[in-house]
Amino acid sequence: MSAPTISLEGLTSATGFDELLATARSGGCASSTCGVAGKPEDMDPAVWDKIKDHPCFSEEAHHFFARMHVAVAPACNVQCNYCNRKYDCANESRPGVVSEKLTPDQALRKVIAVANEVPQLSVLGIAGPGDACYDWKKTRATFESVAREIPDIKLCVSTNGLALPDHVAELADMNVDHVTITINMVDPEVGAKIYPWIFYDHRRYGGIEAARILHERQMLGLEMLTARGILTKINSVMIPGVNDEHLIDVNKLVKERGAFLHNVMPLISDPAHGTHYGLTGQRGPNATELKALQDRLDGGAKLMRHCRQCRADAVGLLGGDRGQEFTLDRIAGKDTYDSSKREAYRQVVAHERRDHVAARSAAIGMVKAAGSGKSLLVAVATKGGGRVNEHFGHAREFQLFEASPKGIRIVGHRKVEQYCVGGWGEKATLDGVIAALEGIDIVLCAKIGNCPKDQLAEAGIRATDAYGHDYIETAISAVYATAFAIGPLAATA
Amino acid sequence: MAFKIIASQCTQCGACEFECPSVAIKFKGEAYVIDPNKCTECKEAADTQQCVSVCPVPKTCVPA
Ligand code: SF4
Ligand code: SF4
Ligand code: SF4
Repeated sequence: MSAPTISLEGLTSATGFDELLATARSGGCASSTCGVAGKPEDMDPAVWDKIKDHPCFSEEAHHFFARMHVAVAPACNVQCNYCNRKYDCANESRPGVVSEKLTPDQALRKVIAVANEVPQLSVLGIAGPGDACYDWKKTRATFESVAREIPDIKLCVSTNGLALPDHVAELADMNVDHVTITINMVDPEVGAKIYPWIFYDHRRYGGIEAARILHERQMLGLEMLTARGILTKINSVMIPGVNDEHLIDVNKLVKERGAFLHNVMPLISDPAHGTHYGLTGQRGPNATELKALQDRLDGGAKLMRHCRQCRADAVGLLGGDRGQEFTLDRIAGKDTYDSSKREAYRQVVAHERRDHVAARSAAIGMVKAAGSGKSLLVAVATKGGGRVNEHFGHAREFQLFEASPKGIRIVGHRKVEQYCVGGWGEKATLDGVIAALEGIDIVLCAKIGNCPKDQLAEAGIRATDAYGHDYIETAISAVYATAFAIGPLAATA
Repeated sequence: MAFKIIASQCTQCGACEFECPSVAIKFKGEAYVIDPNKCTECKEAADTQQCVSVCPVPKTCVPA
């Protein structure tokens, strides 16, 4: 059985790919923006160069590029209350699902297999279970062998930060230019409620002392990374009643120390996962609480809104995990790296992106200029490429955009159970989808049948496929214009 | 005396293996195992048994 495709339709489908490639090649780079496609006006070109192909560090890139994680570093030196290591690490992967642990050699094989099959692949990350910096030998062995085979792949690690200062120099030597540190507190009193113990310098520490050491090491690691120009993303797990308010201080402090992005993720806690929080009934935040906190943090360190809390063995675009297609037993043993697909794809993207950027800034400009003072929450079904190009019934998640006087920006995503399987829509599933879309003003998709459309309407949610295959922002600006009776985009262009 | 690992509890994270100052821990077949002839209970090397201190699962590294 082939897993549902998440390829960029039209970009990578057999004919579309060749066509687009032809366009991209004949495109001619007369424009002065060639080569810096997509760079926001206020961004340093050197920084842009580092993030432009990184789906997690750049919102814009996440439409085009894919990441993969390999779980090669299972040992850890910190115990978090939201993690049960008998199962998996909840830091960077959804708990309760055991990831495939790999040796560095197996990881290399897997990366090559994926690079040959998934042209969007641009980033290899090591992110739990375990800690990439603590289980350092395996991390290093993996990076070294992958970089030898596929020199242009970007390497990144996620870490709790405790062992990070010991390896910053080596990370820099290996050209790792993206690091994620999970920082849940800057006050050891708060930390003591999150971390029962750490293992540091040959002994186990608990309580405030443990949290203080962890905090100091995290700050030191962040400063060292900043000093070397390595981009650092901070992940924080939002734990209601424990660190929710406190994350405002975290945001401020990490920004001062040069963090590039701040990503606030909801605590996932379920008694079945056997974590301390799960067992003690600590709840996670709901979508509204999460968004409210993220909105309050706006203006501090730049917030990441498109994180998917990926599994530690995730493969593919952020919106769709293809990890199950690439388990060890499914990949051939002797694959050698073939760069042709990835190279061809990059050309297509370079072209498509310039287009997208222009369309996007026109659309955002229009919404800003409209001066309506109103905002609209839009759910978009997309397979990537920055377009409204997924059928309503095929979507396994909707990306959430907000159109407001501030422009158009991604504010999150809602996961749903795929409603239409093999051409049949299940009523019960549709109810679930409708519940997940609570609070949304309008749903944009490539196609939707009358029946689900009517039922959505009954629940007060409009849905339309009128903008199928348009760029997301273009479609949203058109919807915004209609909703608030503003002149359409064409009039200003 | 020596320590041993209760295999049914072990998550196979391998942390004990690289913390053991006596190189007494190895992955054998299906599980991590402590070689009783090599284990010194960390007597000279550290204040606490390193495998016990680093292991994420309580009562997994125990006196044999
Ligand atoms: S967990 Fe978040 S940061 Fe890590 S790869 Fe997934 S989306 Fe990116
Ligand atoms: S007690 Fe010390 S010497 Fe013995 S296995 Fe554990 S870490 Fe190694
Ligand atoms: S530290 Fe504990 S869980 Fe990890 S391998 Fe050793 S005995 Fe197993």
